[in-house]
Amino acid sequence: MEQALSDVKVLDLTWYIAGPYCTKMLADYGADVVKVERPPEGDPARSIGPFLGDEPHPEKSGLFLHLNTNKRGITLNLKTDAGKSIFKELVKNVDILVENFSPGVMDRLGFSYEELEKINPKLVVTSISNFGRTGPYRDFRATEIVEFAMGGEMYSTGSPELTPLKLGGNVVQYQAGTIAAVSTMGALLWSRQQGVGQHIDISIMETQAGGADRRNIYLLGYAYGGVVTQRWPSGGAAAVRSLLPRGIYPCQDGFVMFLGLPQWWPRFLKLLGLEGEPRFQNFIDTTHEDEFRAIWFSWLVDHTKEEIFKLCLENRIAGAPLNTVEEVVNDRHLEYRGFFVEIEHPVVGRVKYPGAPFKMMESPWQAKRPAPLLGQHNEEVYGQLGYTQKDLARLKEEGVI
Amino acid sequence: MATLPLEGVRVVAISLVLAGPFGSMLLADLGAEVIRVESIHHFPSITRGYMPRPPQFMVPTTGEKSGGFSGGLQTYVDHEAGERPWNRFALFNVQARNKLSCCIDLTRPEGKDVFRRLIQVSDVFYENNSPQVMDNLGLSYEALSGWKPDIIYLRMPGLGLTGPYRDFPGFGAQLDAISGHTLLRGYPGRDATYTTGEVYHCDACAGATAAFAVLCALHFRRRTGKGQLIDLSQIESFIPQLGEIFMDYTMNRRIETSFGNRDPFTAPQGCYRCRGEDRWVVISVTSDKEWEGLCRAMGNPSWTKDERFATNQGRLKYQDELDELIEQWTLRHDHYEVMYILQREGVPAGPVMDQRDAYHDPQLRSRGFFEEVAHPEAGIHFYPGMLWKMSKTPLSIRRPAPCLGQHNEYVFRELLGLSEEEMVRLEKELVIGGDAYI
Repeated sequence: MEQALSDVKVLDLTWYIAGPYCTKMLADYGADVVKVERPPEGDPARSIGPFLGDEPHPEKSGLFLHLNTNKRGITLNLKTDAGKSIFKELVKNVDILVENFSPGVMDRLGFSYEELEKINPKLVVTSISNFGRTGPYRDFRATEIVEFAMGGEMYSTGSPELTPLKLGGNVVQYQAGTIAAVSTMGALLWSRQQGVGQHIDISIMETQAGGADRRNIYLLGYAYGGVVTQRWPSGGAAAVRSLLPRGIYPCQDGFVMFLGLPQWWPRFLKLLGLEGEPRFQNFIDTTHEDEFRAIWFSWLVDHTKEEIFKLCLENRIAGAPLNTVEEVVNDRHLEYRGFFVEIEHPVVGRVKYPGAPFKMMESPWQAKRPAPLLGQHNEEVYGQLGYTQKDLARLKEEGVI
Repeated sequence: MATLPLEGVRVVAISLVLAGPFGSMLLADLGAEVIRVESIHHFPSITRGYMPRPPQFMVPTTGEKSGGFSGGLQTYVDHEAGERPWNRFALFNVQARNKLSCCIDLTRPEGKDVFRRLIQVSDVFYENNSPQVMDNLGLSYEALSGWKPDIIYLRMPGLGLTGPYRDFPGFGAQLDAISGHTLLRGYPGRDATYTTGEVYHCDACAGATAAFAVLCALHFRRRTGKGQLIDLSQIESFIPQLGEIFMDYTMNRRIETSFGNRDPFTAPQGCYRCRGEDRWVVISVTSDKEWEGLCRAMGNPSWTKDERFATNQGRLKYQDELDELIEQWTLRHDHYEVMYILQREGVPAGPVMDQRDAYHDPQLRSRGFFEEVAHPEAGIHFYPGMLWKMSKTPLSIRRPAPCLGQHNEYVFRELLGLSEEEMVRLEKELVIGGDAYI
């Protein structure tokens, strides 16, 4: 089936996480993405775990395998003259170039936007960096936790008696990649219509500061009323002014997360078998709070996560299990929807990967090929440019590819 | 020449709470004409407020501490709900920028007819309600594509349009739990009840993914002339953002839990207390070179020569002790000061910024991140601005969040060409129009 971006060509200079996730989104919906890696070691993500069997190996990194599905891979040394001239040829024939080097690296290589624009005026160039291409922090160093601390809502994440807390994994960098994909597509639509490309400057800090994980709301809350968010007490103590359960609670075999709207209070009473119980009819009347909590906590430990989720579905209450990674992979709802997909890879074999982030009925997500082996498509891609086997052997010897 | 990337694209949105409005905001930022279809008869909770006219206890009056019923999510301008609270709510006003609002009662045949005419002049219909809401209103993809064959219809309920849990009425908080993320972001060695806070990444992730989906569909339609239905399950947009953690399970059957603020491969990394009240800095050392930089910045105290800390392996193993020693140093400094000292030595570090810090931050200010906006019922404030910069089609907050029904005239008269008589009659019967919840 034809895909949404089947006619789109992308030159991918990205590494680590944010950039590769942007180009993965484009590739998974059909774009022809050629990933350029530097010889001999390639994308540093190849040396970051988890590895199959915990054995460090450039073709066995789960991080790299996940982030680079559906891309073709070539090696090219952009610091050599021959490499630069090949790169310029590649730039001529693509719609989009994405890079997430430190600001200034592309300029020093001789590939500033102004130069690229001369080669291909329709080109969309997307640059992702920690703090953006301008400003006093431009050259500051950052990692996932630093980006979240400075751009995001780390300050109010976690318990007040403990430190502010990072989010899981590398979601800040992934989110920057997602935002990059949005802006790149916006620029592509405009470029196709107007025949003019442009340069996009993405600061990971700003993708956090403007983001809907609540940070944007809390920022405006400060402007509107001077509100500075605090970390919440644990154990449901935050709900001091009402009986409504909200937060994370222990149950028989794990934990569940509840959040209730005031208008849902009758549903809660029904869930607990407390309909008509006069002490609890008004959820903001906390006179009998201790008695309510005793009932609530004992109800929780009488039920498993699964039972609670089922009851919440029946009663239309926002209560859900804290799933482990294993429970998610084996979840029957996700299985019904065919979310996880198996992809065959020459070194790693057949493994399940997270699948489509959304289902398009006419132009679907597809897993057409696994992440490329290092330099796997050199012959194919350079062959298309007219290089012979002999040329490639020479370029390899010279350390260009 | 169009000055914005999506100029000429019209999006009709029935979006609520956070994830939906965030995605349609990104489309509006890019220049699409996003028209919110609202209803004066039905108040979607946690959108223009928790209730149309909240009781006083739901309007926190303290500025400094946000504790209480629902923290910073309930902020009204100056802590006053006012006569029309739905136009003064921070949660709504921050994400409705650049959008329009009109009111239609979709439960009545004549309202639905007006809605049909609106769809017929639009490119995209975008919604994030529970699946049965649109179905009950008779607004299925089949119905809409009957009216407008090339319509792009994006639906993004929490768990998608199919499957055993599809009608689950969840928010970002529950989706965070179901997707596995909550157990991946706790404090190591403490149970999950310590994982508090009102920060749920799934909303941001799903919203951005939805905007990307619409853009892909627009591109496909320009090439093929075909519209389509998009089924976006918010947790399915989120799980790929945790990809390597799931790959560790599918490849190695390892069930990862949380590393807290630490990094699994390099040390030290953490969040350290600084001088001042509840002030913190994060430091993230990823190489021997950065470790040496950290030591230099701290003045090379003798403990840094301890051979246990000489290698990354050692630092990982003895990180508890290392963290205490580092915090003795950070405690003597301001959180910004630590950043400047360490960045000078090439060490990744930065202050944990609260909202005050962000508004005063030199980087955000230098890039013009905050934009001054005058809202007719909220007044003049600085708003968080664009999430990226474009060199030839610069984006900005072109208009403030719409008041309820602010663009009734434009939509019904100018866009749909309703006659004077029709307008008057339908408004009188409360089928269209209005600017207050009844």
